[in-house]
Amino acid sequence: MNGHSPLHLWLIPVLPFLGFLLNGLFGRRLPKALVSAIALLFTAVPLAMVLNIALHFSSLTLPHIEWFTTPWIATATFRADFDFLLDPLSLVMLLIVTGVGFVIHIYSVGYMAHEEGYWRYFAYLNLFMFFMLTLVLAENFLLMFVGWEGVGLASYLLIGFYFQRESAVEAGKKAFILNRVGDFGFLLAMFLMIAHFGSLSYARVFGAIADHPQMQGGILTAIALLLLLGATGKSAQIPLYVWLPDAMEGPTPVSALIHAATMVTAGVYMVVRSHVLFDRSPFALGVVAIIGAATALFAATVGMVQTDIKRVLAYSTISQLGYMFLACGAAAYSAAIFHLVTHAFFKGLLFLAAGSVIHALGGQQDMRAMGGLRKAIPITFWTMSAGVFAIAGLPPFSGFFSKDAILYQAFLSPTAGPILWFVGLVTALLTAFYMFRLWYLTFFGESRSQDVHPHESPWWMLAPLVILAVLAVAGGWIGIPKALGGGDQFAKFLEPVVKDSALVSPEGSLNQERLFSLLSIVMALTGWFVADLLYRRKPGMADRMVERFSGLYGLVVNKYWIDQVYNAVIVAPLLFASRYLLWGAFDRGLVDGGGSMAAGSVRGLGALVQRVQSGNIRSYAGWLAAGAAALLLITYFGFSMHL
Amino acid sequence: MVVPIAYYLVLSAILFSIGVGAFLIKRNIITVFMSIELMLNAVNLSFVAFAYQWHRVQGQIFVFFVMVVAAAEAAVGLAIIIAIFRARSTLNVDQVNLMKL
Repeated sequence: MNGHSPLHLWLIPVLPFLGFLLNGLFGRRLPKALVSAIALLFTAVPLAMVLNIALHFSSLTLPHIEWFTTPWIATATFRADFDFLLDPLSLVMLLIVTGVGFVIHIYSVGYMAHEEGYWRYFAYLNLFMFFMLTLVLAENFLLMFVGWEGVGLASYLLIGFYFQRESAVEAGKKAFILNRVGDFGFLLAMFLMIAHFGSLSYARVFGAIADHPQMQGGILTAIALLLLLGATGKSAQIPLYVWLPDAMEGPTPVSALIHAATMVTAGVYMVVRSHVLFDRSPFALGVVAIIGAATALFAATVGMVQTDIKRVLAYSTISQLGYMFLACGAAAYSAAIFHLVTHAFFKGLLFLAAGSVIHALGGQQDMRAMGGLRKAIPITFWTMSAGVFAIAGLPPFSGFFSKDAILYQAFLSPTAGPILWFVGLVTALLTAFYMFRLWYLTFFGESRSQDVHPHESPWWMLAPLVILAVLAVAGGWIGIPKALGGGDQFAKFLEPVVKDSALVSPEGSLNQERLFSLLSIVMALTGWFVADLLYRRKPGMADRMVERFSGLYGLVVNKYWIDQVYNAVIVAPLLFASRYLLWGAFDRGLVDGGGSMAAGSVRGLGALVQRVQSGNIRSYAGWLAAGAAALLLITYFGFSMHL
Repeated sequence: MVVPIAYYLVLSAILFSIGVGAFLIKRNIITVFMSIELMLNAVNLSFVAFAYQWHRVQGQIFVFFVMVVAAAEAAVGLAIIIAIFRARSTLNVDQVNLMKL
């Protein structure tokens, strides 16, 4: 163990796993109260441990690594261990995962109260916590990959939680398969690392790179791009983002925890964690930035026209993750993590509030059937408003500071640049527009559906909303930049991890930074104003605009036909090849055919020989006599011929 | 006048062939059984002929062995035939084509 006081980091992931085992094995027979008690306890204890670590964090020697004495995999040339790493980056992730995770566990107790398979839900949720905590605590890429795969599994199980519904099952499979494509990249990256560095440990790989300052591009670019492929799968970026909107088939707390706050940010975490690799490859950074900016803009445009409240939030998540990738691409890693944190707060909040709205309306998710809910569910309204203002980027809400940091650094960065900055700025406007659109459609105006009796959710659900609302408002204050009178504490806190990024710390004047902030505020206000105009003051205007730009609207409302294109270009040929080539020709023809042929030939031979054993005594005698005669002839003529 | 050994052997071969032929052709178990006896006696004849030819006593002794075996076989065989007849009410070998009754 490192240092004098072992922190028993391994307990943090293992405890939720115990909860998973208890609920998964015995949950069916336990009362609901006990199931929720188990699930809450085994997430509350890790949260307490993490908070305790955070309190004593300054007294630790960093990076703090804990390992088991027995190796995990040990061969002559390669070794991997169950090492756990604690540094500012993993501490931030731990706080988010255990904190937001625990809050959402509480919310789930209320939200899932009347659902079938209550115990199954909490077992999966605890399983997710186990893998996610493994992912962020791992000290080598292999252990991270275990968590990476595991959260994918938990995500699959929870998306398909309502397995009686065909669409939920399909969505689960889609998510899993698309993630596999990304994982393939991750695996190849690991193989390259083993081949070139002989290890997957962060310390060794990054140390080896630091020891060779002349290493640039080349193999590092390849590793970085393959890692990026993995990240695009997990974090729903172009081109692998299509699973996330469908993942909304899962229960809403799952969407909040896995598909907004934690799991989908694993890709961002991974890129930041391996920033040493990316820093040496400006090309890879450029690709990251372009993918991020393109995804942000693209998803925001689709989000503008969605009518399902959860799908708006899903596209918004993709878009916000795009911001984080843009930040990574600009080598503004601390800004990316900062946005990851604030996004976990406000997007978790938005999803939970949306769940509360859906709960209030008895399962209604279509915003066209909502409206006028402000008075009926005031607490949900006020908390969700906090989330909307935060994501729209209005000061002093949390989203403002993190988005601003990203945009400003993107503008100055050589790998991102003004064009991508402008894309981000436009996206900020669109973000404000679609979030206020959602806000107006849901809470303002007249109710657009009859005989609904909206009711406020129970306190199990409202308490998490309030907690997250406070964080969504104030969460950004940890990273107020100098230009706005703050101390940039968040970036300073992360400095031990991302200090050596040579491309960061662009020099700009404080006044320039203030100008950029002003510009993004103007953008957010414009978006708000347009939404206000279209959806509150002139309700018919939105429809008229749809008619005027019907072509463009059709393109966007059908999500640019990406799903259809993927189906035609990738899925259909794959299915064709699988069905006719692999299954029909190879499996049925070659494999099964070979077996049948062997069996058939033996059977044919048997049928032939079987005739000899007729059971007829005289035929046996005949064979006997014929054999004896043959022997006689052979001896007689054989001898006579050769002797 | 000494009868040449070839005569005995030819007679033995003829008797043996008749036995084999009857064994193959006849369907009645009793007849089949008798043809087996015929083949045994054909062999006995050649044993005796060779014993006389070479002045060896072993051939004669062998004949006694064969006769003992034939007697034992007749006892067991007739018992089996009676058992089959009781079970099947027939003595046709073609209808006894299963190992079980």
